[in-house]
Amino acid sequence: MFDLDMGRYAAFVWPAWALSAVVLAGLSARALVAARRWSAELKRLEDEPNRAQAVQSTVAPRK
Amino acid sequence: MFGLANPDRFLRFTRPLTPALWGLAVVLLALGTWFSFAAPEDYQQGDTVRIMFVHVPAASVGLMIYGALGVSSFFALVFRHPLADAAARAAALPGAAYTALALVTGSLGGKPMWGAWWAWGDARLMSVLILFLFYLGYMALRASIDDEAKAARAAAVLGLVGLVNLPIVKFSVDWWNTLHQPASLMRADGPSMPAVFLTPLLVMMAAWGVLFLAIWLTSIRTEIVRRRVLSIRARKALEA
Repeated sequence: MFDLDMGRYAAFVWPAWALSAVVLAGLSARALVAARRWSAELKRLEDEPNRAQAVQSTVAPRK
Repeated sequence: MFGLANPDRFLRFTRPLTPALWGLAVVLLALGTWFSFAAPEDYQQGDTVRIMFVHVPAASVGLMIYGALGVSSFFALVFRHPLADAAARAAALPGAAYTALALVTGSLGGKPMWGAWWAWGDARLMSVLILFLFYLGYMALRASIDDEAKAARAAAVLGLVGLVNLPIVKFSVDWWNTLHQPASLMRADGPSMPAVFLTPLLVMMAAWGVLFLAIWLTSIRTEIVRRRVLSIRARKALEA
């Protein structure tokens, strides 16, 4: 069913496929890691004022 | 369509679409790989025909990505729309990587078939190399200017100029006598390839295309978020 014996062309076929797999995996990982990192940073920055307000209200609650 | 130019609407629209594209890309890549190694060897090219299943998708999608970069550059330059600039920027690295893969896998296929890794006089090879250099130039230009607005404008001009190269890449095998074989897919009389090779090739082209869309949308979304982060940081620095 599967033909994995590339015979005398193995030295050309496998590097082409391996390089493609590595590059596509690298591009995908880079995009996903960057998405996660910047989303986490945005969330942290957006939460910051709320945290500051929360700390302020605990330390000096309004009367 | 133009409603999506609003970054908030774009983020809302692409939130469910992006994971769906990632999932579809994985399924298509798995299917395409299966079909590629289940296909028989070609009577002339032998097992090197399997290089075609990664080489042609890399080359054709790499070319289309530059089209996306060029059109986005046009909208960024004419309408000064930040989302168009983000789209152009996000297309550059995947485009360069796809085109580099097209060059390297083409070379790996060329050596056993033509007896040469590279032919400097071949119009198709040279025009694809120039395409790769346009990608590199675009990224280098953006990286070399600190002011992001100025960098975006300069890169957009370069992105537009590079569009001239696309028809040269596509029709180089028709306009000149090249070592590279003529078009066997996009022909007026239909593909000249038997179904046993055409099916894996089309599935792999779809897989590489959908994977690019997934990477592109994810990167555009990230670019919008990155700009928001920079804007909040700048505001906080002013307030402090």
